[in-house]
Amino acid sequence: MEFEAVIGLEVHTQLLTESKIFCGCSARFGAEPNHHACPVCTGMPGSLPVLNRRVVDFALRLALAVGARINPVCVFARKHYFYPDLPKNYQISQYEAPLAEGGAIEIEVDGKRKKIGLVRIHMEEDAGKLVHDEARPVSYVDFNRTGVPLLEIVSQPDIRSPEEAVAYLKKLRTIVRYLGICDGNMEEGSLRCDANVSVRPKGSEEFGVKVELKNMNSFRHVERALRYEIKRQIGLLLEGKPVVQETRLFDEATGTTHSMRGKEEAHDYRYFPDPDLVPVRIDEAWIERVRAELPELPDVKRERFMREYGLPAYDAEILTASRPLAEFFEECVKLFPQPKKVSNWLMTEVLRELNREGKEIDETGLKPEHVAELLKLVDEGVISITAAKKIFPEVYATGADPRKLVEERGLRQESDEAALEAVCREVLSENPAEVEKYKAGKKGVIGFFVGQVMRKTRGKANPKLVNQILTRLLEE
Amino acid sequence: MAISKEEVQHVAHLARLEFSEEDLERFTRELSGILEYMAKLSEVDTSGVEPTYNALRLENRFREDQVQASFPPEEILSNAPEREGSSFVVPRVIRS
Repeated sequence: MEFEAVIGLEVHTQLLTESKIFCGCSARFGAEPNHHACPVCTGMPGSLPVLNRRVVDFALRLALAVGARINPVCVFARKHYFYPDLPKNYQISQYEAPLAEGGAIEIEVDGKRKKIGLVRIHMEEDAGKLVHDEARPVSYVDFNRTGVPLLEIVSQPDIRSPEEAVAYLKKLRTIVRYLGICDGNMEEGSLRCDANVSVRPKGSEEFGVKVELKNMNSFRHVERALRYEIKRQIGLLLEGKPVVQETRLFDEATGTTHSMRGKEEAHDYRYFPDPDLVPVRIDEAWIERVRAELPELPDVKRERFMREYGLPAYDAEILTASRPLAEFFEECVKLFPQPKKVSNWLMTEVLRELNREGKEIDETGLKPEHVAELLKLVDEGVISITAAKKIFPEVYATGADPRKLVEERGLRQESDEAALEAVCREVLSENPAEVEKYKAGKKGVIGFFVGQVMRKTRGKANPKLVNQILTRLLEE
Repeated sequence: MAISKEEVQHVAHLARLEFSEEDLERFTRELSGILEYMAKLSEVDTSGVEPTYNALRLENRFREDQVQASFPPEEILSNAPEREGSSFVVPRVIRS
């Protein structure tokens, strides 16, 4: 029997506000434990939360970007559970009337585009951080993260494979980064993902029993965890055993998932409206104000790059996956109006350096002027493409002016025809046997001659010109 | 009875409350009384009435996104039964 997976994702994104969602403590990561905390964070009696207006602005950006319906009135609810990372014993979240419902995110897998529907987007507060002691049976609690604003984005169970799940996550990350509302760093936990997974016979309309997967803190983990879990569930069904509805944790060391036993939450959170917070009414004027500030979104930009610059879909997809990279590309093209050459350079030389360092292009010293200048030098025949590739890492690392670097290193290629012709003649007279071969019809030996000329000029000869001269001399 | 003993036990467990069998009987009886009394509200026709989420009749109260000084860590930690550095120390609870 053939099976298919049914996957829905719950994503939490930490918002890039200055202060927390319900108090004025800093929302920044990295302070000493409990240095960004106050009575609101720690749930002291008598403290009152007050909503950070920018959290609503940020949430609206995302809701508009994915075409979700914004509820005219939304309210906060208390979600009750006991855990040491939650000092109030409830998390302020949204339940009955979330900020927005519906909408979709478009993904592309194996050249096929598909829309993944969204159930809801809601605002909530993050919990604190626990560090478990290796030696003693204790945990250390840090409330700095308590109250950092989160958006929870719940997808429909529209995802059918681990590849689609990763494509969805990457697209969502690209969108929140474009919107400037979240840095999307999965390793640091500013973008987190839980998955609901079930399997069913292909073609069936009914859902199987679902398992909730947690603890996947990279795209690769999400893919591995889902792949393992789908296989595990299919294995159970084939043996005639039931899938148990439960929460399972991914173990990155073994690539497997295991049951979170003894879990008591039982999803009985006893939600009720939080009486400390008043309803949020979002009118058309507010929505339009936010809409007017939205940047061009990745899908629109991708289409425009194909139309305006004549780029292949592949190039457009990669360049627009990051807003700073897309903007960098456009700046380069202004200075060096050959879009495909710029694209090739960015996708190979530049992305290699960025990936190696795990950086975005605006986190480096590289300027569009550098790339445009380098491409101009190649275009003018001043240096070979090989020389350009050779000096690029230095331009990237130090921000040096490529033209100066070329002069300093003596990389300017020899394009003096008379001088090159002399070298060519020398090479031909030194290799009479090869000349005979050429004349007998083995035109391929020209490569050998070009190589010899390059060697004699220590790689500085303009290969195109050398080729021309050699052909002329040999055909004489 | 508007609520069963099992339900009271379940809610008590969720709230981490423990009490005697005697109290369980009493709470079940009292809670049932309260729930039956509140059930009178269900007799009112509320079709067409917007749900009330808050008794304050206020909307849209915000703070601007500005950082204010947090509390001194010493004060935040002053109720900690045990601490290490500036962290609270609690018995280990691992969800696994």
